[in-house]
This record gives sequence, C-alpha cells and structure tokens, in this order.
Amino acid sequence: MENNSPTTVSGKIPFWRDVRVLRVLFQGIFLLGVILLLAILYRNMLEGLRGLGLTLNFNFLQDEAGFDISEGPIAYDPSDTYLKAFCVGILNTLSISIIGIVCATLIGLLFGIARLSSNWLIRTIAAAYVECFRNIPLLLQIIFWYTAVVAQLPNVRESISLFGGAFINNRGIYLPSPEPTSSLKIWLWFLGAGLLLAVILYIVRWRQLQQLDRPGFPAKWALPAFLIVALCGWFLTPGRPFTLDLPALQGFNYQGGMRFTPEFSSLLIGLSIYTSAFIAEVVRSGIQSVVKGQREAARSVGLKEGQTLRLVVLPQAIPIIVPPLTSQYLNLAKNSSLATAVAFPDLFHVGDTMMNQTGQSIPVFAMIMVSYLVMSLTTSAAMNWYNRWITRIGR
Amino acid sequence: MEDQELTQEIKPPVSTKGPGRWLKENLFNTWYNTLLTCLALVFLFFAFKGFLTWAFTEAEWDVIPANFRLFMVGSYPKEQIWRVWNAIYILSVLMGLSAGLWGGLIFRFAVALSGVWFISALLPVELSTRGWCLGAIAMIAVSFFLGRGRTGLRPWILGGWILSFPVIMVVLRGFGENGVLTSNWGGLLLTLILAVVGIVVSFPLGVFLALCRQSNLPAIRWVSTTYIETVRGVPLITILFMGNVLIPIFMPGLDINQVLRMMIGITFFSAAYMAENVRGGLQGVPSGQHEAAQAVGLNYAQTTLFIVLPQALRSVIPAIVGQFIALFKDTSLVSIIGLIDLLGVAKSVIANPDWLGLQAEVYLFAAVIYFVFCYAMSYASQDIETDLGVGKH
Repeated sequence: MENNSPTTVSGKIPFWRDVRVLRVLFQGIFLLGVILLLAILYRNMLEGLRGLGLTLNFNFLQDEAGFDISEGPIAYDPSDTYLKAFCVGILNTLSISIIGIVCATLIGLLFGIARLSSNWLIRTIAAAYVECFRNIPLLLQIIFWYTAVVAQLPNVRESISLFGGAFINNRGIYLPSPEPTSSLKIWLWFLGAGLLLAVILYIVRWRQLQQLDRPGFPAKWALPAFLIVALCGWFLTPGRPFTLDLPALQGFNYQGGMRFTPEFSSLLIGLSIYTSAFIAEVVRSGIQSVVKGQREAARSVGLKEGQTLRLVVLPQAIPIIVPPLTSQYLNLAKNSSLATAVAFPDLFHVGDTMMNQTGQSIPVFAMIMVSYLVMSLTTSAAMNWYNRWITRIGR
Repeated sequence: MEDQELTQEIKPPVSTKGPGRWLKENLFNTWYNTLLTCLALVFLFFAFKGFLTWAFTEAEWDVIPANFRLFMVGSYPKEQIWRVWNAIYILSVLMGLSAGLWGGLIFRFAVALSGVWFISALLPVELSTRGWCLGAIAMIAVSFFLGRGRTGLRPWILGGWILSFPVIMVVLRGFGENGVLTSNWGGLLLTLILAVVGIVVSFPLGVFLALCRQSNLPAIRWVSTTYIETVRGVPLITILFMGNVLIPIFMPGLDINQVLRMMIGITFFSAAYMAENVRGGLQGVPSGQHEAAQAVGLNYAQTTLFIVLPQALRSVIPAIVGQFIALFKDTSLVSIIGLIDLLGVAKSVIANPDWLGLQAEVYLFAAVIYFVFCYAMSYASQDIETDLGVGKH
C-alpha cells in the first residue's frame, strides 16, 4: 500500500508517465516526422529532376545569360553570366524599394498628419485617400498606373514639359540630373568645414541646455552655421560644383539627364501610394495613442506648440510607430516583386526568366528566397536597433 | 450666500449648434485653416469636374455590361449557371435565417445584399437572370421571417454555416465530367472562392501555428518559428510560383490542379501572418488565467480552448480581419500565374481587340468591386469590435 502512494514514489515513476521522459520522447517523434517528411520530399524532388534530366547544382550561374535586361544601375550585357543578371535584379529590387520607402514615408506622413487636422475638409480628404487606396489590390493599382495612365501619356514629339527642364512622355519621365565638375572637390572641403563647425556648435549648445536644465532646440545654432558655410562655399568656389545635365530631344528620343522608365515609374507610383495609405494609418494611430493629458500637461507647464510636439508627443509616439512602420517597409520591399506584372526587371522577374531559360527552378527559387529573406531580416534588424536607440533617447 | 449670488449671475452659454457655427469651428477657425479649406475646395472642384467629364462624356461604359458574365463567373458554362445560383440561394437562406436570429450587423448585410439583387433585377439583364435575382430576395425575406425570434435555432444555423462550405464547393464543382471543371471557374466567383477557402483554412492553421510557437517544447517551437519567419520573409508571388512549379516536382504522384495549388499557396502564406496576429493575442492573456485554469483542474486542451483562445482571439479581431482583407486583395496575384480571377478577366477583356483602349473603365470597375468587399469587411470588423467591447474591458 505504501509503495502505491504517490507522495512516496521517488524515482519509481514508470517512464511512460514521467513528464520529463514524455517531453523528450514527444519532441523526438515530432522531429523524426518532420525529417521524414522533408526526406520524402527530397527524394521525390531528385526523382523528378532525374526524369527531367537535370542535376541539382549552381554551375549554370557561370553560363552566358543571353537575355537582355531593360534597365539597371550597373552595366549589363546579354553576354554576361547568369550570376551578373541576378545581381542586376537584386540591385533593381533594392533601388525600387529604397526610393519607394522614401516616397511612401513622405506621402504617408503628410496624410497621417492631415487625418489629425482640425480642418474637417482636410481630415475627410485624407480619410477618403486612405480608405480608397488601402482597399484596392496593389497589383490592380500598378497595372492601372502602367496601362491606363503612363502608357496613355503623349508620345515623344508631344512631351509634357515642366519648367523646360523635365519632360514626361510615354517612354518615361526625364529629369535634369546634377553632374559633378572639377570644382566639386573644393566645395566638399567647405562642406566638411561646415559640418565640423556644426557638430561643435551642436555639442556646445547641447551642454549649455543640459546645464540650464531647460527644454530647447540643440541644433538652433548648428543648422544655420552649416547652411551659411555651405552657401558661402558655393559662391566662393571658382566655377560651380555641379552643372545641370538637361534632357534634350535628339533624334527620336530624349538624351541626357535622369530617365525613369514607364515600368519603373508606374511601379514606384503604385507602391508609394498603396504603402503610404498604410503608413498614414500607422502615423495617425501612433500620435493618437499619446493620451490627451500629456499634451495638456505640456501646455500647462508653458511649453509652446512646437515644443509640445517635439519634447512630449513625438518621443512617446515614435516607439509606437516604429514597429508597424518597419513591417510596412518590409511589405513594400516584398511587394516590389509585383514588378513582374509590368515587366520591370527586378529580382523576381530576372529569376523567373532564368528559370524559364535553364529549367533550374529549384536552385533559382532558393536564390530568390534567400535574397528576400536576407533583405527582410536585415531591415528588421536595422529597424529594431533604431527602435531601441529612439526608445533610450525618448525616455 | 455669496456663492449662490455669483452662480446666478452666470448666463447660460451661447448655443454651439448651427451650421454657421460648425463651419466656423471646423473649416475657418484660423487663417491657415481658411487657406487650406480654400485650396482643398479648389482641388476638389477640379478633381470632380475632371472625373465627371471623363465618366459621362469620354468613357465608354458599354464594355462592362457586354462582359458582365465574364466579370462575374469567367468561363463558367452558361447551361451550368444554375449551380452558382444554387450556391447563392444556400447562402441567402442562411443569411436570412441569421438576420432573423441575430439582427444587427448581419441584418444590415442581408438588407444590402437584397438591395444589390433588386438593382440587378432592374438592370437590362436576361429574363432568367431577373428571375434568379428576385428569387434570391424572396429566399432572404422568407428565411428572415422564418428565423425571427426562434433563438433555439442558433446552434443549428452555426452548424449550417460550417456545413455550407463543403456543400457549396460540391454544388459548384458537380461530379466528374458532368460538372464544371475548376479550370472553368473564373471572375469574381473564383476570387471569392479563393478568398473564402484561404480564410476558412488559414485561420485554424494560423491558430495552431501560434500555439506551437508559444509551446514550451523547444522542438515544436523552433519548427513553427522557422516556418512562420521564412514565409513572412518572402513575397506571396514566390510562394504561388513555388506552388505552381514545385508541387508537381515534389509530389509527382498527385494530380493537383492549378486552382487547388493556388489555394494551397494562399493558405500556407496567410497562415503564417495569421499565426503572428494570434500570437499577439496569446501574449496578451495574463498568466494568471493559465494558472487559474490549471488550479481548477483543466488540462492543456481545455485551458487553451475554453480559457486562453476566447480571450486571445477577441483582442486581435481587428488584426485578423485586416489579414482577411489582405488575403482577399492578395488573391489578385493568381492572375500573374495565369488563373482568370476578377483581375485576370479585366486583363483579358482589355486584350480583346473589340475593347481596345478601355483600360481605365475596366480597371475602375474591377477596383470598385474589390473596394466594396474590402470595405464591407472592415465595416464588419468595426461593428464586431464595438459589440464585443474590445478595449473597454
């Protein structure tokens, strides 16, 4: 009888009732199942590949690609390797993502703040904007911009001209671009000196404010000082540091300046507008999450409107805004894969072409997935770091 | 006494009501607001003028009625269209009964849906379609009056909703060669099927993944976390392509058609996001709830099902509905793979030489349909939130 009493059994629990054993056993079986599943899939894959007469390796990357890529930040020729083609794709994805993130943030901030305006009309227009662009699929929006707007622009001969320097037609958007001249070096010295002065002034002012224990704007002296030095440098430098390269009609097309292709433009417009609607909501809810009492308290201790925003509201709102903002940035980067719908040669589109040409779907898929994963993980790591930094400053 | 005299001297405040007052407070309270208002009015005037001029003089809307069937059901054969109407009738009966039993949100949706059928019947459509539309209204109305007040029916109706899902799939597909092959499903019908299947399957899968990620068994937690983070790190289009290209390679024996492969892709993708939303809710449930449940002798399954999940899910309803909306919009990506969903139909109509140059009209029409569904979902989410008093407890 004594032996059966649960309190006195020590080390005599049968192993099939011992939770510690069961835990290990259960997890072991689970892992075994997962590995078995993967092994079956792997075996099927090898068999399937053998049926197709393919072997699983990355040697094809050194072969000549043979297809053209319409645009990219680095020079590329169809005689280059598949690896280089893939790199062009990655760079294109990166450039559209970065430019898109900047545009979406600016538009999103604007509409997020507009949604909090005391002006009913502005508030309503902003709300309509957000609801409208949030609730229509991005793919539809991108195709709409591409086929119904950008492609319908006038042809080269009848280009829309903005201020005589920028031209818009159905072959793209042409903007003047700054071209550095030989005197840029001298101006850079001025800029460096200005920056140094600004940093010193910033630190001095910051220390002063710390000692006085008063709220203030530490860059109050540094910013104007930097601007003055930079401006003086601009005029004192012999010749101008930059010349403007204006696009000009030569033959059947515009030459010179910066060109945004119709594919790039419509993708950029679609991504920026769609994501900005989400960012506007993030900004609005972040600012609204700061309780009203905080503003009132700030006003009652005598802070001005700008100080209230800078010293009380934003330090509390930004840590709330950053995490959802990060996921919107990541969404934008991932959504840039919809480029394939307008044939913009991004990572996915180039990868798709590679798959069609070589038949090596699995290695190419692995490369695409790893590229996107690396991008996502780096971005979220960077934003997490920023978030920690801003939280430490704010509190 | 002095106090009383003072209070008596205060006059009642000036009325803050009235349109003039409202205008002054909301549009013209400061000089910059006045400026903003004027600028916004000018912008709105030109925007509306431009749009209305285009819509009523330049746009050729004939393309919409001429291809309406294509937009709605794609290449679903005409002689089998009764299958779609039967599916709609099943849903109408359930909706009418629910409207009678619960009222509120679902009643409003039933009324709105009846309105849509009524307007459709007034449009110049075929006589048979008109009959089907009026029949749908009758179904909703009759079942509404049948269901009203019979609260005892509630569990049955809930069961009916769950059962309706497989039943409707069978009705739409039919059997064998006499039925309608999934390759003929298209248009809005396909979009809705993909979305509903995605939502219905990815929700339980997502809850399961979230529970696995919160498990105290490391092996399960790692596998689940790896899956969730990998899927969330890549775009949906790669998953759909993978489904399209790799499923036949990895599972050579199975003959899985393209619609099913897309359903699998969308479901697995959405489940990872759903899992993250649910995890947010799970983390919000205080540990005291677990402990209390264990103290009264509930086991893991009971604790999870009856104590933790109801609280966790309730707090993340907005996020979950947001995910449903995203999933609905994401179904449009299947048009890149080659399925003819609503967006796919829009693309094919534009490619038709008879309707060249009508991109704006066609895409605007498709956009309005997507918008209506997404907006209805977010409206429902807000309503449920208020009903459950999320954030008030």
